[in-house]
Amino acid sequence: MSGSRPLADLLAGRPPDADGYVRLEVDGATWDALAQGCAVGSHELSALWADEDQMRLALNDSEHGLRAIVSLRTEAGAYPSVARHHLPALRLERAMRDLYGTLPAGLADTRPWLDHGRWPGRESEERYAFLPVEGEGLHQIPVGPVHASIIEPGHFRFTANGETVVRLEQRLGYVHKGVERLFVGADIERGARLSGRISGDSTVAYAWAYARAVEAALDWQVPPRAVLLRGLMGELERMAHHVSDVGAICNDASVIAIHAQCSLQREDVLATSKACFGHRLMMDCIVPGGVDSDLSIDGAGRIRSLLARLAATRAEIQRVYDAMPSLQDRTVTTGVASPALVRQYAAGGFVGRAAGRAFDARKSFAYAPYDAASFEMKTRTSSDVDARLQVRLDEIAESIKIGNQLLDRLVPGRLVGERPAQRAGNGAALVEAFRGDVFMSVRLRPDGRLAHVHARDASWFQWPLLEAAIEGNIVADFPICNKSFNCSYSGHDL
Amino acid sequence: MRTFLRDAILKGKATIAAPGTPTLEEVTKALGERARRRLGRSLSIREIDAGSCNGCELEIHAVSNPVYDIERFGLKFVASPRHADVLLITGPVTWNMREALVRTYNAAPEPKWVVAVGDCAANCGMFSGSSAVVGPLADVLPVDLHILGCPPEPIEIVKGLLALM
Repeated sequence: MSGSRPLADLLAGRPPDADGYVRLEVDGATWDALAQGCAVGSHELSALWADEDQMRLALNDSEHGLRAIVSLRTEAGAYPSVARHHLPALRLERAMRDLYGTLPAGLADTRPWLDHGRWPGRESEERYAFLPVEGEGLHQIPVGPVHASIIEPGHFRFTANGETVVRLEQRLGYVHKGVERLFVGADIERGARLSGRISGDSTVAYAWAYARAVEAALDWQVPPRAVLLRGLMGELERMAHHVSDVGAICNDASVIAIHAQCSLQREDVLATSKACFGHRLMMDCIVPGGVDSDLSIDGAGRIRSLLARLAATRAEIQRVYDAMPSLQDRTVTTGVASPALVRQYAAGGFVGRAAGRAFDARKSFAYAPYDAASFEMKTRTSSDVDARLQVRLDEIAESIKIGNQLLDRLVPGRLVGERPAQRAGNGAALVEAFRGDVFMSVRLRPDGRLAHVHARDASWFQWPLLEAAIEGNIVADFPICNKSFNCSYSGHDL
Repeated sequence: MRTFLRDAILKGKATIAAPGTPTLEEVTKALGERARRRLGRSLSIREIDAGSCNGCELEIHAVSNPVYDIERFGLKFVASPRHADVLLITGPVTWNMREALVRTYNAAPEPKWVVAVGDCAANCGMFSGSSAVVGPLADVLPVDLHILGCPPEPIEIVKGLLALM
C-alpha cells in the first residue's frame, strides 16, 4: 500500500478551470492514494461516476478552497475500488457497477444496488441478501417499498430487540428511471428539463447546477438580473421545504398545530412563487444562460411581504417549540448521527451542519449571487433531531436576509445571455439545495449535444447516516428521525 | 404552550386565500357530496409513487394543507390499500416498482378506482423512452382517470377527483 496523498499536494500550483475544478488524469496508484486521502480526512469525496472508459472522482478540500475532478482510465471497466479504503463510496460504486458494468477491484460489498433484477434482458430471480443479524430475541420488521403515507418508495429492514432498533438496512433503487442514459444525445434544453426532474423537491437547485455546468463548458455569460432571480428562486425553494419539514417533524411528535401553521406557510411560499415566476415549484424556470421567467411587475413587492410573513411565522414556531418540553422530549437526543461519521461521509446540508460540519456550497465554494451576499452559516453540534430542526429554523432566518438583499440588488436587464457557438466541453457545478449540496457534471459533444451527465444528490451521503442514527432508538421514533433527514429517493435512485 | 393555545382560540381561523377561492369551495363540496352519494360514506384515498420525481407528491400533500383541506369534505388519505376506494398513482412505472405497484393494487378491495396523477403517469413525461421504465400507468393497471400537469396543481387534483365521482 502506497499511503495516502492529500489533494492539496497533488494540485500544487495547477490552475482550476472556469468552474473552479482542476481536471487531471491520474494513474491507478495516484487514484488509490487519493482514495486513502479521503479515508484519512485530508480531502472529501464529493462524487464518483463512470463516463465511458473513465472513472471520475470529484474531490473537495474546502479548507484550502480546492476542488478537483480526477479521471482514471479503466482496463475494460476494471479500476481500484475507492470504497476499499473509504466506505462512503460503497453505494456509489455499487450503483455505477449496475449501470455501466464497471469493475471496482476490491469492492467489499458486491450486491447489486440499483439493479433489482427487473430490467428487461437482465431479469434475475436471485433474492437480495440482507446483511445477517444474529442474536437472541431479535426480530425483523420489513417496511416498504410502499409506505404508509404520501412519500416515495424504498425498503427498510429493521432488526429490533423488543422496541429498540439494533440495525436498519436500507434498500433503495425503486424509482430508478435511467436518468443518466436519457441525457445522452439530448440537446441542452431537454437536458435542463430533465435535470429539473431528478428530484422534484430540488428542481430549482438541479436546474441551477446543470445550467452552471453547461455555462462553464461553453463559457456562457449569465446576465446580472438572471443571477439574482436564480438566487431568489433558490431561497424560495429552500424556505418552502425548511418550513414544511419543521412542521412535519412536529407532526410526527403529534403537535399538529405547528404542522398546520407550517404547511399553511409553505402554501404561501408556493402561491407567491406561482404569482412571481409562473410555477409553484419553479420548475423549468432556470435555463442554461439565465432564467426563463422574469419576476412579474409586482413580484418584488410580493416577495418582500412574503419574507415578512415568513419571519413572523418562523419566530412564532421557534417560540412555541422552545416552550414545549413534551415536544423537545421527542427530538432532543433522538437519532444522533455521530459527528465522526458525518465528517467521514462529508454529509451536506442540515445533516452535516447539525453535527458541526461547517460546509455550505453557498459559502464554502461560493457562487453568484451568494458570493456578494451577507449571511451566516449556522451550525449546531448535538447532531440529533432537535439540532437538525434548529439548523433549519436558523437557515430560514438567513434565507430571509439573503432574499431581501437580492431584491435590493435587483437590476433591470436581460434574462438570458447570448448563446455561444456549440462546441465540445466539460463543466461541473456544486449547488446548495435545501437538503445539501448537489453536484452535476456535464460533458458536451462537438455538435452541442450532451455526451454524458452525472448528478449526485446530497442524499447519497445522508442515507447511510440515517441507518446509523436510528441505531439504539425505538422503532416508533423512526418516522421522526427519517423526517429530520428527509433524504431524496428519486434524486438518489436516478 | 398556554399562550399558544390562547392564540389559537383568540386569533381565529388561520388560512390564506386559495387561488380562485369560490371554485375551490364549490369543487370540494361537490366532491364530498358525490362521494357520499356514490359510496354512502367518505372517500378513502391511497397514494402510490410508482416512480415519480416526487414533484407530484408535494402537490398531493398540499391538498391536505389548511388552504385546500380536502378532509373537511370527507376525503382522506389512508395508510393501507385495504382501506382505499381510490388509488392515486404518480410517476412513470419503473421496472423496479412494477411488482410492488401491482401487489398494492391487488390489496385494495373492489370497487376501486385508479387515478393517474401527473404527466409521467399518463405518458412517462420526460422519462419516456427509458429502458428502466415500463411505460405509462395504463400499461400496467386499468386507469379510470388521468390528471395532467407537471406536477398538477392541488386544485387540479381536487377537480380530477370530482370528475371521477
